[in-house]
Amino acid sequence: MRTPNLLCAAAALLLPVPSAAAAPHNYVVVIDKMKFGPVPAQLHPGDTILWVNRDFLRHSATAANHSFDVDLPAGARVKMVVKSRGRIPFVCRYHPGMRGVLLVQ
Amino acid sequence: MKLTFALPAALLIMAAPAMAADGPTDPQIAHIAYTAGSIDIAAGKQALARSHNKAVRSFAQEMVRDHQAVNDKALALVKKLHVTPEDNATSQALSKQAKATLDKLSHLSGSAYDRAYVDNEVAYHKTVNGALEKTLIPSAKNGELKSLLETGLTLFREHLAHAEQIAKGLK
Repeated sequence: MRTPNLLCAAAALLLPVPSAAAAPHNYVVVIDKMKFGPVPAQLHPGDTILWVNRDFLRHSATAANHSFDVDLPAGARVKMVVKSRGRIPFVCRYHPGMRGVLLVQ
Repeated sequence: MKLTFALPAALLIMAAPAMAADGPTDPQIAHIAYTAGSIDIAAGKQALARSHNKAVRSFAQEMVRDHQAVNDKALALVKKLHVTPEDNATSQALSKQAKATLDKLSHLSGSAYDRAYVDNEVAYHKTVNGALEKTLIPSAKNGELKSLLETGLTLFREHLAHAEQIAKGLK
């Protein structure tokens, strides 16, 4: 019985790749000069986004579907866990011309 | 009656001949930009003291917050660059006109005040944005000053869109 256990242990050691692929990823989205920088091409629930406001102005990252609303005072760095799936447009509530879209699969 | 007290766009640009032939200098540009911001902060504070309209008050708060942030940044920048903002004919004309506008608005109240304030904000942002685009940004020599003015222009276009949206709602 020891051999199968060892095999299992060995197999577990050899299988970090699929589990790593499923693990949450951490991303950074930078706001600078009144614009949202590039967002990750593909997100999954559980991933985190660190919103970094490099502007001297207060901004927010506010989802159209109300799934998130992150207040971002000048210079703020705020981490957010991605929760809902779908195509989620977002804006700065203070400057609605600043916009982007998250794609969460 | 539509009350619009803002300067004609031409004034900001026409004042340029009083300056060097190749446009305002960086110290003059810094002074004009700071003055223009201060004027809108004062207008926003007046609106917060006089208006009871939720949308107007929210807009006025945005004006005070954003323009104060730009002016703080501008002050930090001129300090860093060892530039002393230089008073000039454009700044003086802006201040004189702004004082007249504040005086006129101070005699209004209720919806008449709200409409006059917002209409003036639309006109004022059009004027300042036009001056930034056509005169101040092209004339700015220092890269950081130019960049700040460009960010300011993007911001003030947002303000103009917001003011126009509120103006529609007040008609």
